[in-house]
Amino acid sequence: MDSPSFSILSALDALTGALFLLTALGVVATRQVLASLQLFILQSLLLTLSAVLLGIAVGSLHLFAVAVITIGTKTLMIPWLLRRTVSAEVYRTREIERVLNIPSSLLVAAVLIVLAYVVATPLLGVVEAPFTRINLPLGIAAMFLGAFTIVVRREAVPQLLGLLAVENGVFFAGIAIVPNLPVIAELAAAVDVPVITLVVGLLTRRIHTRLGTTAVGHLTTLREH
Amino acid sequence: MELAALLVIPALASALSLLPLGRRFAAPITIVSSAIVLGLAAAVASQAARTGRVDALDGWLTCDGLAALVLLLVAFVGFTAAVFSWGYIAHRTPKASSRVVQRYYSLYNLFVLSMLAVPVLANVALMWIAVELTTLLSAFLVGFEDTAEALEAAWKYVMLTTLGAVLALLGFLILYWGARIAGYEVFTWVGLVEAAPHMPPALLWPAFLLILVGFGTKVGLVPMHTWLPDAHSQAPASICALLSGVETTTVLYVILRLFPVVDVAPGLDARPWFIGFGLVSVAIATLLLVYVRDFKRLFAFSTVEHMGIILVAAGLGGAEAHLGAAYQMAGHTIAKSFCFFAAGVTVMAIGTQEIASVRGLIRSSPLSALALVVGAFAIAGAPPFAVFVSEFVILKAGLASGQYITVGLLAFFVVVAFCAVMLNVNRMAFGVGESELSAITAPVSCKATLVLAAIPLLVIGIYVPAPLQDLLAAAAKAMGG
Repeated sequence: MDSPSFSILSALDALTGALFLLTALGVVATRQVLASLQLFILQSLLLTLSAVLLGIAVGSLHLFAVAVITIGTKTLMIPWLLRRTVSAEVYRTREIERVLNIPSSLLVAAVLIVLAYVVATPLLGVVEAPFTRINLPLGIAAMFLGAFTIVVRREAVPQLLGLLAVENGVFFAGIAIVPNLPVIAELAAAVDVPVITLVVGLLTRRIHTRLGTTAVGHLTTLREH
Repeated sequence: MELAALLVIPALASALSLLPLGRRFAAPITIVSSAIVLGLAAAVASQAARTGRVDALDGWLTCDGLAALVLLLVAFVGFTAAVFSWGYIAHRTPKASSRVVQRYYSLYNLFVLSMLAVPVLANVALMWIAVELTTLLSAFLVGFEDTAEALEAAWKYVMLTTLGAVLALLGFLILYWGARIAGYEVFTWVGLVEAAPHMPPALLWPAFLLILVGFGTKVGLVPMHTWLPDAHSQAPASICALLSGVETTTVLYVILRLFPVVDVAPGLDARPWFIGFGLVSVAIATLLLVYVRDFKRLFAFSTVEHMGIILVAAGLGGAEAHLGAAYQMAGHTIAKSFCFFAAGVTVMAIGTQEIASVRGLIRSSPLSALALVVGAFAIAGAPPFAVFVSEFVILKAGLASGQYITVGLLAFFVVVAFCAVMLNVNRMAFGVGESELSAITAPVSCKATLVLAAIPLLVIGIYVPAPLQDLLAAAAKAMGG
């Protein structure tokens, strides 16, 4: 197992993972809606790269399928769908107002990353595979950061990108733990992400036309009195 | 064969609803197709109750007692809500273009299809997709009224439940990982139960928690319930009946499926988690029922309460408690969908959902008042309704197995919730004063739905026909020891 090429691959995967996490941090911190979309695309490319590296390492065709599906849905289809459904005006939005300012957000994010490692440690006791050790904790960390993005954002599109970042995190961990998921599940997952984007995008457009804003964080009419 | 047809017919109906034949065509198509689906579901259920399991399409579709119960309940509300929609949607959208109405029915059929698919898909990964689609396909049905509140509710609904589903996805991937380590490659519920004793507990455990919390969001378990009263109060009444009556039950079914998996694993115990989440949900829902101001929210909180009760019943363990849980699922679905039909008729008659502005309804609109009172008795758990019997069975089973504290707390909250529901509805129906009526009388199809839904509501608390009894027993058996 510990051949030189294998260790080069795992080193490359570690680098990919580090960059993957950085993009997740970027989605938390950035102010422009367009920039968070670009960071999300970058993150998806890194997910693809990791799938390819793992595919070479374990010789699994499934992972190449995951790579193709990820490229197709997340870097091509999602930006296209968002442009079709959400008006250009939303893209230009600069989100000044957030629930937390950026330095405190990053501080919380750091805590979440540590927490991800704490959560992942008992799971890692089960296997020795180097790729699982890299991908699982980083995937969980990216999940946490994505969920945190949803909490601190008030604009609709960044909230959606937070949700998709959570999904990316799950897949980043998933490709390492189940490299041979049945093809049918992969195909189904490939349908799921564009459908989420389409539904949320159309909903954002409805909210925009109806209420003149996409700051969904301000919608608080419904609650207990 | 019936199993496959069950999934094809709603898909066909969805496509037919979109045909440009005007707005009058889509409703009858939906009613007819959902009636056929109900018939097929009944056939599958009786077969599953007799033989234990029905398979189709080379094992891709499968249905045991518990799945058959859920299937039958979904098909039942799918039918009654379709009849209700006919008059209700026409009445709510007098000026809307026929495309709006057609899109409603098209999504309606797809939404029902996704819920029918959850219990019958054998592959667990595909089942996850079906659960995810229940949210995505119903998002626009929740936001159908196109008001600021409805869109807000739809947004929260989609974001929170999808986030929950993605968490659950990681849980399922970890389950598959564990099964593979144990040497099992078949990713079905049956396969998982076989694999569970050999899985590393370090994997099974986090997978269980991720799915419980992730799908618990969709079931409306406290503290992940915050979206539920919003979505279940802002959607059109026909959709509320589906959301509250069967969507929650369908996803709870997935969580209940985990019970036998975790139960056979050495060193793990799902019971305290089921009881803990269940009791907290019942307690908080009871509190919210006391302070609620909107009668559709009242019914929504009652759903949170019922989901909690079923989860506690599953956690109590034993054949008797599980029979109670299955009975409660049936009782909840039938009663809660009836309540939302009653609420829909009431909203049509007086144009508000605020409890405080409805008084003396029995004088101004006897039909809606009667429906509300009957529905309230049924969900609160008064005799002779099914929920009373099922709660009684659950409490008795808990006492018999010596779990006094759990039973004591559950009984206390159930009684308080009963009083809260009855006080609120009593004030609306019989309170001093008289509400202004709007000039509308309920459409015939809505009245017909109330009658149609009232039949099982009134019957199954007193008399459970033998086939249904077999089905409930088979469902309880599928929940494991």
